[in-house]
This record gives sequence, structure tokens and C-alpha cells, in this order.
Amino acid sequence: MPVLTTLMEYLSRAMVRNALIVGVLIALCASLLGTTIVLKRLSFIGDGLSHVAFGALCVAMVLSISDKMLLVLPVTIIVAVILMSSNDKKKIKGDAAIAMLSVGALAVGYLLMNVFPNKRAGNVSGDVCSTLFGSASILTLSKTDVILCIVLSVVVVLFFIFFYYRVFSITFDENFAAATGIRFKLYRLLLSIIIAVVIVLSMQLVGSLLISALIVFPVLAAERIFRSFLTVVIASAVIGVVCSTVGLIASILLSTPIGATVVCVNIIVFALCALIGKVFGRY
Amino acid sequence: MSQIKGCDVSVGYEKKIVAGNINFEINEGDYLYIVGENGSGKSTLMKCILGLEKVVSGSIVFGDGLKQNEIGYLPQQTFIQRDFPATVKEIVLSGCLNRLGFRPFFGKKEKAMAMEAMEMMEISDLAKRSYPELSGGQQQRVLLARALCATRKVLLLDEPVAGLDPYAQEQLYALIYRINKEEKTTIIMVSHDLEAAKKYATHILHIGKEKSVFCTKHEFIKENGGCLF
Repeated sequence: MPVLTTLMEYLSRAMVRNALIVGVLIALCASLLGTTIVLKRLSFIGDGLSHVAFGALCVAMVLSISDKMLLVLPVTIIVAVILMSSNDKKKIKGDAAIAMLSVGALAVGYLLMNVFPNKRAGNVSGDVCSTLFGSASILTLSKTDVILCIVLSVVVVLFFIFFYYRVFSITFDENFAAATGIRFKLYRLLLSIIIAVVIVLSMQLVGSLLISALIVFPVLAAERIFRSFLTVVIASAVIGVVCSTVGLIASILLSTPIGATVVCVNIIVFALCALIGKVFGRY
Repeated sequence: MSQIKGCDVSVGYEKKIVAGNINFEINEGDYLYIVGENGSGKSTLMKCILGLEKVVSGSIVFGDGLKQNEIGYLPQQTFIQRDFPATVKEIVLSGCLNRLGFRPFFGKKEKAMAMEAMEMMEISDLAKRSYPELSGGQQQRVLLARALCATRKVLLLDEPVAGLDPYAQEQLYALIYRINKEEKTTIIMVSHDLEAAKKYATHILHIGKEKSVFCTKHEFIKENGGCLF
């Protein structure tokens, strides 16, 4: 099989292996967090936050900050905390706030990049394009990137295991949780921080335009078939991991853009799950 | 001492007082109806009792060993819950969460408690069913079972029969009444249903724009010539 030999040849390279590890772990985190995000009707938070991260990245470039994450991460975390906080008292409601921040950050970021063309980044549109649609930078990951990603995934998975019932409670009914003395604000804060970190990291995989796909598709696919929270969470994680593995390998073999390929695999799996759900008489 | 006592409470939002001069006293085993027009501040008062919001002025004091987190709550259904993928058992069990402390998982004790609450609400046979597939009345009983897991001291219900058919309404009222009688659980209900208030309540708190009245049901009926308001 020539395909298999080509694949083996690719897999023998460390950079491809690293890309696979990081891609799969990010998909795992995104799909786990996706369950609570989608069920809380905040599906566009991924999109919004990644655009905010993009905006912050542009500001960091203009200011020539050497370690851009020092600016990008705190800004994204703060915005995540604001967006996740319960929205019935705010003047601008959740979906509108996300939409506003999302396009606003995108516009300001792009404008800044153009007004202050950085000396190092000669090609503005190329730079923007790679941030928006993901770039080949996943193939040039350093060892620290990989380790960081592994640590983060372990944190996310442990958070989901040990706070599983609390995550369920604040997703299903914040008011009840608050009334019966659950410190939901603390858990929500932790969740917001984790979401922001995962989104900033996964920007390099699929780019900020396609990031919602990693968060939204696995959960929605799982929801077509499964009917309890536990099975939806597990199925979502499995679907996320499988889709990104298949998508990454396909993009390597077919030389297609990584982000777009992963998202397309997600779309196909979602369609399959919807079909299975229909056949078995649900929905 | 009474379980919950409100002294000269004013409630509102964004510093604007919606209802003021509210005085009430709730003792163990009472069945209180909070009635009033839409926008009169019923729901806001309820949120103040739950500690979700702060009173604008006055005070709500707990006595009789009642703690803030010992008030069970049956909220109005949110749009999130309508198609939430969760089984009845998962939801009822989540009511035991405040008993976990720092433990991450539920033990035998909590699971037994959830089973018992489901039996009381006659939904044991639905345990494995998915919440969105249930009828409105069944969903309310699931949420009631969850509230019972959290506490047996005080239950606060926010228009629990809204949108239910008459049969399901009767069934739910009967179950709530049974909890009140058998478990000596204090019931506080926000409702529009005056017929049911006449039938089940021991006390009535009417919240009005000008003034609020708190008294026993009999006083109320006597004063109003047998008709409420």
C-alpha cells in the first residue's frame, strides 16, 4: 500500500508526530469544554474569544512585545470571564456581546496591523490569513509547545473528572446551584480560564475563524445519538479526538490545509451521527 | 423563633424600589403563598430569600437553625433545560451536590437519597429517561425531587404549575401538599393560582404597589368577605 508507506514515512518525522499529538489533545480539550459551552448556549464564545486573541496578538505585534502570550492570554481570560458570567443582568445580552467583541476585536486588530506595519512581519495579509485560518506552524512546534499542550490537556481532563458533577450542575441550572450553596462562581471562573487558555492554544491548529468547529461539532454530533449528560460528554471527547486524528492525517496525505480539513471531517461525522439518530427514531 | 423573618423589606432592581414595606414571618411547616400582579416584585423577593439578590432595604433573617443554603428551590424552566441531554437520575442526583463538601463524587448515601426522592415524587420508573422527552408535569416532579435532595427544611417554588394541564396541576399540588404534611417542609410558593391558595395555604403574602399584606389565610378570607382580593 503506497498510502500506508507514505503515512509511515511522515510519521517517522518528529514534527509530524508532534503535530498529531498536539492536534489530538487540543481537540480533546475543546470537545470536553464544548459540552458545557454548547449546552449553555454560548457556542460562539470560541469564535469570539479567538478573535479577541487575534486582536490582542495584533496589539502585541505593534507594541513589539517579545513574548506575545503575555498580553494575549490575560486579555482573552478576562474577556472569557466577562462573557461566561450570567447574562440576565447585563445591558448587552450574551450573544450580542460575543458578536460585538468578536467583530470588534477583529477589525481593530486588522486595522492596527495595517496602520503600524511591523518591521518583522513584511507580509501583512499572509500573517493575518495564517492567524485566521490556522497555519503550518503546527508542523513547526517546539518541544515546549508539545509539553505545554500535554500539561494543559491533563489539567482539563482532571478538571472534568473531579468537577464533573459541579460542571453538570452549573451547566444545567446556575440558579439552583447558587441557591443551594454551590460556589458556582468559583467553578465558572475556573471554567472560563480553562476555556480561554484552550482557545488561545488551539488557534494555531485551526485558526481563529474555524475554532468554533472544534468546540461545537463533537458535542452536537454526540447529542444526536446520546441522551444522558455522561454519555454526551464521553462521546463528544471520542468524536473530537477521532475527527482531528483523521483530519490531520488526511491533510498530511492530501496536502490540504489542516484547519479546514479537520473541520470538514467534523462536518461529515456530524452528518453521520444525525443520520444514525434519525434512523433510531430520535429527533 | 421563626424560620424566616422579613422586616420592612424593600426589593427592586438597579436601586429602584419595586415593592416596599414587606413584613412576614414564616415558621416550620407553614405553607405560604406569595401572590401579586406581574411585575409586583414577587420573583425579586423570592430571589432575595434565596440569597441570589440583595434587598434594597430592610432585612431577611433566618432563625430556627436554618441556613441560607438549606432552602430548596424549584425555579422556572429555563430555555437551556428544554433540550438538555440529561437523564432524570442525573438531574435528581445533582440536588445532592451541596452535601459533597470537598468530595468529588457521590457515594451510596447520596444515591439512596436520590432514589428516595424519586420514589416520593413517583418518578422512579422514569430514572433512565431523558429529561427533554418528559411531559411538563413529569419535568416539574424531577426538579422537585432534586430540590428535596438538597434540603427538607424549606422549599421555594416559583410558579410550579405554570403551563401544566389541569390534571398535572392537581397532581403536583397534591405532591407538594404531601411533602408539607409528611416531611414538615416549609413551603413558599409564588403563584397566580388563587383557588389553590385558598385550598392549601396557611399564610398569604400579597405584594402590592402601595402596600403589602401578610396574614393567615383565614384572616384574609374573612377580611375580604370570602374572596381573595
